[in-house]
Amino acid sequence: MAEETKKFMYINRKAPYGTIYAWEALEVVLIGAAFEQDVSVTFMDDGVYQLVKGQDTSGIGMKNFSPTYAALGDFEITKIYVEKESLEERGLTLDDLQHLVWEDEDEDWAEKDSIRLVNRAELGDVLADQDVLFNF
Amino acid sequence: MKLTIQVNEGPYQHQSADSAYFFAKAALEKGHEIYRIFFYHDGVNNGTRLTTPPQDDRNVVARWSELAQEHDIDMVLCVAAAQRRGIVDDGEAERNGKDATNMAPGFRISGLGQLIEGGVQSDRLVVFGD
Repeated sequence: MAEETKKFMYINRKAPYGTIYAWEALEVVLIGAAFEQDVSVTFMDDGVYQLVKGQDTSGIGMKNFSPTYAALGDFEITKIYVEKESLEERGLTLDDLQHLVWEDEDEDWAEKDSIRLVNRAELGDVLADQDVLFNF
Repeated sequence: MKLTIQVNEGPYQHQSADSAYFFAKAALEKGHEIYRIFFYHDGVNNGTRLTTPPQDDRNVVARWSELAQEHDIDMVLCVAAAQRRGIVDDGEAERNGKDATNMAPGFRISGLGQLIEGGVQSDRLVVFGD
């Protein structure tokens, strides 16, 4: 079925626990990884909160699904775009986010950063280059 | 053009369930092909036949069922989203030991792979929701 490879991007725009969008979006990303498309994931607007490290959901009785993002590299999802302005507007920096990596098979499994910090204009160019945008 | 439509919001709560319907209808009238309509998040609530809107209001669910039957459209409710929200067909009732079913005619329950495959097979994936 994978006769054709398309550029798939999953855009995450919402905070992780107030609504179920973030969690169900992650489920789509994980299932979609099996389809061997050219996949990337974007975090922008309140979606950048999904990647904040040290999440503790014990006070709200909900499952902390944030460790799952660290597994994206194992699913060969190696392009994770984070919008710079979204971080800045929320008083966040890259240091507040999980350090997401993937292992490069072609370079003796060297560990490489998955997160690409891009500004709004650069992200616009990346979006324009996609075939399919999933918007959550 | 071949289209897959994704509906992410529930009926009555959110206009996107209406917008998606009108978009689908207009696309068909213009001669486009709808490869699949995939219901996700609260969008799976578009597929319960137990909905009972007031008589002077539109029936969002019945409208979908009629559209599917008239145009033979593949309308899929995401299984994981449907399980969370209690949308059940015969197979799901049996698998999960439920004592009732509520899926409306014209829908079927299947996996997220159907959404991804829709994106692969269609010229455009059109998403309705917040």
